[in-house]
Amino acid sequence: MLATTLQAARSQMAFTLGFHIILASLGVALPALMLIANYRGLRHQDADALRLAQRWSKAVAVTFAVGAVTGTVLSFEFGLLWPAFTGRFGGVFGVLFAIEGICFFLEAIFIAIYIFGWKRLSPWAHFWTGVPVVITGLGGAFSVVAVNSWMNQPQGFSPTTGKVTSVEPWKVIFNPAVPYEVPHMILAAYLVTGFLVASIYAVGMLRGRRDRIHRLGLLIPLTVACIATPIQFAVGDTAARAIAKDQPIKFAGMECVQKTSTDVTEYIYGRCTSSGVKGGIGIPGFDSFLVGWSTSTKVIGLDSVPPDDRPPDNTMLHWAFDTMVGICTVLILLALWLGIGWWRKKDFPQSRWFLRATAVSGVASIVALECGWIVTEVGRQPWIVYNVMRTSDAVTKASGIWVTFGLIVGLYVALGVTLVVALRAMSRRWRSEDFPDEPGPYAPEASPPPDLAAGARG
Amino acid sequence: MSSPTAVAVVLWTGATIYAVFGGADFGAGLWSLLAGRGDRARRPRELIDWAIGPVWEANHVWLIFVIVVLWTGFSSAFEAIFSTLFIPLSLAALGIVLRGSGFAFQHTARRPSGRALAVAFFGVASVLTPFFMGTVIGAIAGGRVPVGNAAGDPVTSWLNPLSLVIGALFVATCAYLAAVFLVSDARRARAPDLEQYFVNRALVSAIVTGALAAAGLVVLRNDARFVFDGLKGDALPLVILSVVCGGAVLVLLRRNARRGARVLAAGAVACVIWAWGVAQHPYLLPQKLTIAAAAAPSATLKSLLIVFGVAVLVVLPALGLLFTLVQRNLVRETAAPTAHDKPHPDTLRG
Repeated sequence: MLATTLQAARSQMAFTLGFHIILASLGVALPALMLIANYRGLRHQDADALRLAQRWSKAVAVTFAVGAVTGTVLSFEFGLLWPAFTGRFGGVFGVLFAIEGICFFLEAIFIAIYIFGWKRLSPWAHFWTGVPVVITGLGGAFSVVAVNSWMNQPQGFSPTTGKVTSVEPWKVIFNPAVPYEVPHMILAAYLVTGFLVASIYAVGMLRGRRDRIHRLGLLIPLTVACIATPIQFAVGDTAARAIAKDQPIKFAGMECVQKTSTDVTEYIYGRCTSSGVKGGIGIPGFDSFLVGWSTSTKVIGLDSVPPDDRPPDNTMLHWAFDTMVGICTVLILLALWLGIGWWRKKDFPQSRWFLRATAVSGVASIVALECGWIVTEVGRQPWIVYNVMRTSDAVTKASGIWVTFGLIVGLYVALGVTLVVALRAMSRRWRSEDFPDEPGPYAPEASPPPDLAAGARG
Repeated sequence: MSSPTAVAVVLWTGATIYAVFGGADFGAGLWSLLAGRGDRARRPRELIDWAIGPVWEANHVWLIFVIVVLWTGFSSAFEAIFSTLFIPLSLAALGIVLRGSGFAFQHTARRPSGRALAVAFFGVASVLTPFFMGTVIGAIAGGRVPVGNAAGDPVTSWLNPLSLVIGALFVATCAYLAAVFLVSDARRARAPDLEQYFVNRALVSAIVTGALAAAGLVVLRNDARFVFDGLKGDALPLVILSVVCGGAVLVLLRRNARRGARVLAAGAVACVIWAWGVAQHPYLLPQKLTIAAAAAPSATLKSLLIVFGVAVLVVLPALGLLFTLVQRNLVRETAAPTAHDKPHPDTLRG
């Protein structure tokens, strides 16, 4: 019974977080794209760029409103799914969420001011009201990811068994995993948002809409994403090496390393079994090399801990890791393509193949994002707090999680579909008319609708 | 004041703000649902849409604030509440998803059927969410939430007369707050017929709320003697103040003097929340867990208080800026309604 409750709770958490992480990434990075377009529009008197900034600000509002809902659900789930975890460690990591709360609040306020300010503030004052949105997005991302980092590298509390009686907040906030996990997630947000937005305009251009709005709408986000991608590759590489040191069992799971040894083969895909990797492409000694720049580096294997302490779903973990790295590698090639094209012709490559690649990059980067999330979360199992608390000890003893999981899946699918439909409808309206002022969440309606008062007279 | 008590005060402050502003929004959803169909419902609903406007999200943040302060400052209470009361809290969360989705999409949906669906979700969820939150408070006040992971009864802890009455009281209070707020909004919108429409509803919901509060006291006396005695004892001044505020609102509404009605209505609700807190002091979960016993280590409480201080210093000015801009704009546009349609000379309007 408890096993199934645990499975249900993990499924629900994975699903709701996997959903939220996309919206959260958009919430962090889309405001930056919006401001870049806004800056360009003001600086170079570029009407098309301003128009893009205004459209993207509407998309920011809708995705932020939905992200706020899915974020609230997550805050409930800390208690509904993992009461023993939050009951024991809420006082340790909670302050980070309090900081996140401030950032979230400020982000909501400044999104409202920015959207409100389109026709009511002077252009540059309006631009500056957007800057806090970007900063608070980064602050919120830092706080939330720092909590996840702490779950991977817990410190700053004592005792490590039983009720926590003392906390050192600075040690909690700046735990050893923060320096690589936080930049990795923030870069992921910019990368995913950049490729996603660019892919939408690439699809438009493939359908023959080659106007300047589309070209600019492709170029701004694609440039941001293509700058982020190689940096992300380096940060991710650093993170993997740090994990090999700090969480060797997670790393062993990611790379299917069964036995501790030197000259460990790096396998690309393949099936993980207790007697080694079946199938896949093996590169002898390369795994050791990646960990310590030498094939004689010792890599710790899964056999160093009892089976109960090893992550489950080994093959899935390994595939998720390889897929993430693989997609990032391909996206670097796309970035090179753009870079060379720009260097030679001061424009992005005009071939349909380039547009097709860009059109696919959005979905591909989301897949990479989800794979990365699987790596860090499944790789930490069976621990919720690494080497301190087991996930099975954290889960609620309440029953009925399969029911809430089912409801949430249904609801979120509807929510996701509606979000996409709403955004597409917005984009259609933008194309079809020289679009008038469009209502949306956070849009000011400071003056009452005229017929309210008119009706009173009649 | 000890730091656990200070954090408890912060918690109650957040709960009060959420109850007043969030409550008014829930109530507005209820009136939108009850407005009916067709032409008759159009104008009240328009007023409600306009009144909820852009600030909804800001109100919603207070709930997250309360949850985070609870789990950070009083982790064991959080564990007890969220595990024993899994069912009503799941349903409240479900309501929040529906409501939030309704909010996010009711402005973007252009087709009437889509809009109607968004409005329906918004309305039903606006009733369910405060109701289940009320049953949660009833369970806590009734001493049915023991410390531990799902240590209490998953059903009878919140499905009992006290919880049901308090759930109903929450819905009625939201309706009452919203009606009083909407009276002022109708006046701002210069729609006297809607002003009367919501005066009537404010009066009715005030009477219902009062009756439910009285019923709640009777049930409380039999079921949760500790809290009842507290309300009769230390919390009595707050109870009296609440009744006085509530009565004054009725008088003001009857006399068409609406200035001050909003503040007094909010005051009446705030007094009840604080009366409850005082009545069950020093317990967080009456007779099960005290504030001091549930409190996090002192470094955590101090950080929490510092973060709260920073929040007050940073968020309030930002919120002030938003409201100032909206109000200034309102003043200008009320004077010259056509200004709404003129773009800023330097800014392109897409």
